[in-house]
Amino acid sequence: MHEQQTAIAEAPEVRNPVESLLRMDRMPHIWCPGCGIGTTVNCFARALEQSKVDLDKTAIVSGIGCTGRVAGYLNLDSFHTTHGRAIPFATGLKLANPDLKIVVYSGDGDLFAIGGNHFIHAARRNVDMTVICVNNLIYGMTGGQVAPTTPVTAKGTTYPYGSYDPPFNLPFLADSSGAVYVARWTVYHVRHVTKAIKEAILHRGFSFVEIISPCPTLYSRRNRLGDGLDQMKFYKENSEIRNGANTKDVDIDFQKTIIVGKFVERERKTYRQLMNEHLSNVFGEQYTKYEG
Amino acid sequence: MKAEKIAVLTGAHFIDGDHAACEGAIAAGCKFVAGYPITPSTEVVERIALRFPLVGGVFIQMEDEIASSIAIQGAVWAGKKAMTVTSGPGFSLMMEHIGYAAITETPCVFINVQRSGPSTGLPTLPAQADMMQARWGSHGDYEIIAIVPNSPQECFDLTIRAFNLAEEYRVPVLVMMDECVGHMTEKVVIPEADQIDIVERKFTKKPPGEYKMFETNESMVPEMIKVGDGYRMHLTGLTHDERGYPAMSPKVQQKMLRRLVDKILLNEEKIRHIEADGVDDADIVVISYGITSRVVLPAINNAREDGLKVGHIRLLTVWPFPESYIRDLAKRVSAFVVPELNLGQIVHEVERCAAGHAVTRLVPHAGGAVHEPEDIYDAIKGVLEHA
Repeated sequence: MHEQQTAIAEAPEVRNPVESLLRMDRMPHIWCPGCGIGTTVNCFARALEQSKVDLDKTAIVSGIGCTGRVAGYLNLDSFHTTHGRAIPFATGLKLANPDLKIVVYSGDGDLFAIGGNHFIHAARRNVDMTVICVNNLIYGMTGGQVAPTTPVTAKGTTYPYGSYDPPFNLPFLADSSGAVYVARWTVYHVRHVTKAIKEAILHRGFSFVEIISPCPTLYSRRNRLGDGLDQMKFYKENSEIRNGANTKDVDIDFQKTIIVGKFVERERKTYRQLMNEHLSNVFGEQYTKYEG
Repeated sequence: MKAEKIAVLTGAHFIDGDHAACEGAIAAGCKFVAGYPITPSTEVVERIALRFPLVGGVFIQMEDEIASSIAIQGAVWAGKKAMTVTSGPGFSLMMEHIGYAAITETPCVFINVQRSGPSTGLPTLPAQADMMQARWGSHGDYEIIAIVPNSPQECFDLTIRAFNLAEEYRVPVLVMMDECVGHMTEKVVIPEADQIDIVERKFTKKPPGEYKMFETNESMVPEMIKVGDGYRMHLTGLTHDERGYPAMSPKVQQKMLRRLVDKILLNEEKIRHIEADGVDDADIVVISYGITSRVVLPAINNAREDGLKVGHIRLLTVWPFPESYIRDLAKRVSAFVVPELNLGQIVHEVERCAAGHAVTRLVPHAGGAVHEPEDIYDAIKGVLEHA
């Protein structure tokens, strides 16, 4: 009896393998059971480890909403900014210290409704940052209102008879605004998500990863789609991997096939490269570079 | 700490207030400006864009004022001194981020070259109608510092002061110019770099692990860090504890908010910047700020020639309001006359502090021009008759 107790006490404690990247003193997190955001955080943490970037020089910036809470749980220099404004905050951070690796991590409502203008302008400028959008097709934190990503006919509290408000196709928006890396996966595709985030972080310029994720509490329940696990099964059965697909063709319709894959990978000079090259040409040695 | 030589355009210049404010910012060590074009403030950022490549700064024209007012805060946390510049409609758009800077204690400078409103109003013509918005425009309780120059020389001098106060108190500082001061061209003398005092950011010496984001001593102002130094900081616009972590409780809210407010209000006398002329034996005191403080001078002189004992208080810092000063003065004088290019803003503060001890009379102006000195003269002459 005594020996048995000792054995139990000495059993190795099961630790989260990415614990060093989490602020364990902030656990438990606020996300609902079945929510996909935690899965994306796990993928992100593994991608960061695999990419071998200097974690002390990596900053994460979130806006407001369920995904906006990601910054607060990661053991990095982390910013929980205002609603929709993570990207312009990150732009200031990056331009002021070009040595930093910047990741903006936020939701579809934050990045593409209130923050949509900033997204297209940062992509146009090719500011060197990675934008990760957890797209759950709904406003979660405020209780299930439609987002600019909600598929037509899906119900939200503000379109209780089903939405007729045409949604954005996010990869197409990113592609046409100038993003140098564009991929979409679902939280079912954990290995693909991890690989995509790693590639995006290592690809210089404005990179974009969209991750389709269930909101069992507010999207799935209201639309009678079951729980988080049912949504994962749906992603498994209805995702079609089409790397290199024309982003024009990757719209998301209500409970129809989701086209996933790496859609765009190209090179463009970053805003800072353009600035330094141009001003060096104009001023020669007089140009006083801004030192991080 | 003295100004950086490369940043100071030493000499006598003939420039307008917008350009002078730009030079003040550069001399103060500003290395990051994000802005969006808007009359009558645009000349500030145009000159920044011309000058920055030669002094090691970065200017970016953002997609709107909302973006500008948060991009500067990103730059501050990367370790730089930063500012944005705007006018009425853009100032309205920046309000949420003044609140973000207040709660996150992000030192930064906002210049507002005031024009007449509301809405698009009179884009090319002056007003002083954003004075209350400067104080109360963002939601919730907070305190800021607002500075009001009345000449191009002061646009230079007081913009430096704005940057210094921002660092000293970790607070957004608002330089409340107006179209007249912004577009008025006068002699501006820029001293040698070693004659300009600069307040540097107080970075902590504590190592990661021992440092807490919002731990304070008696100064009530926490020490700062910057991104990339290994502190793994967390910053949020939510109510937060000393670690900077969100804490949703009335107790934490009370403690955090009290300090945010007290660090400014309890230092009001230190921050105070006023000029007093002929106040000691005055019956009537004119209280003015910005361009109006120059328009009142002939009115005051004429009234003095008539034998009235008229004093003049000029507010160079409007917020925090010099409450105790005006309260004391109210017990010694009969009346305050407050001309403003609005229909009554700072006059409410004066009246509150006068607390019935002295008559308070507004000389309103809807904006688009400055007062006729006669209107101010008439108000001085009439204030005690109609009391």
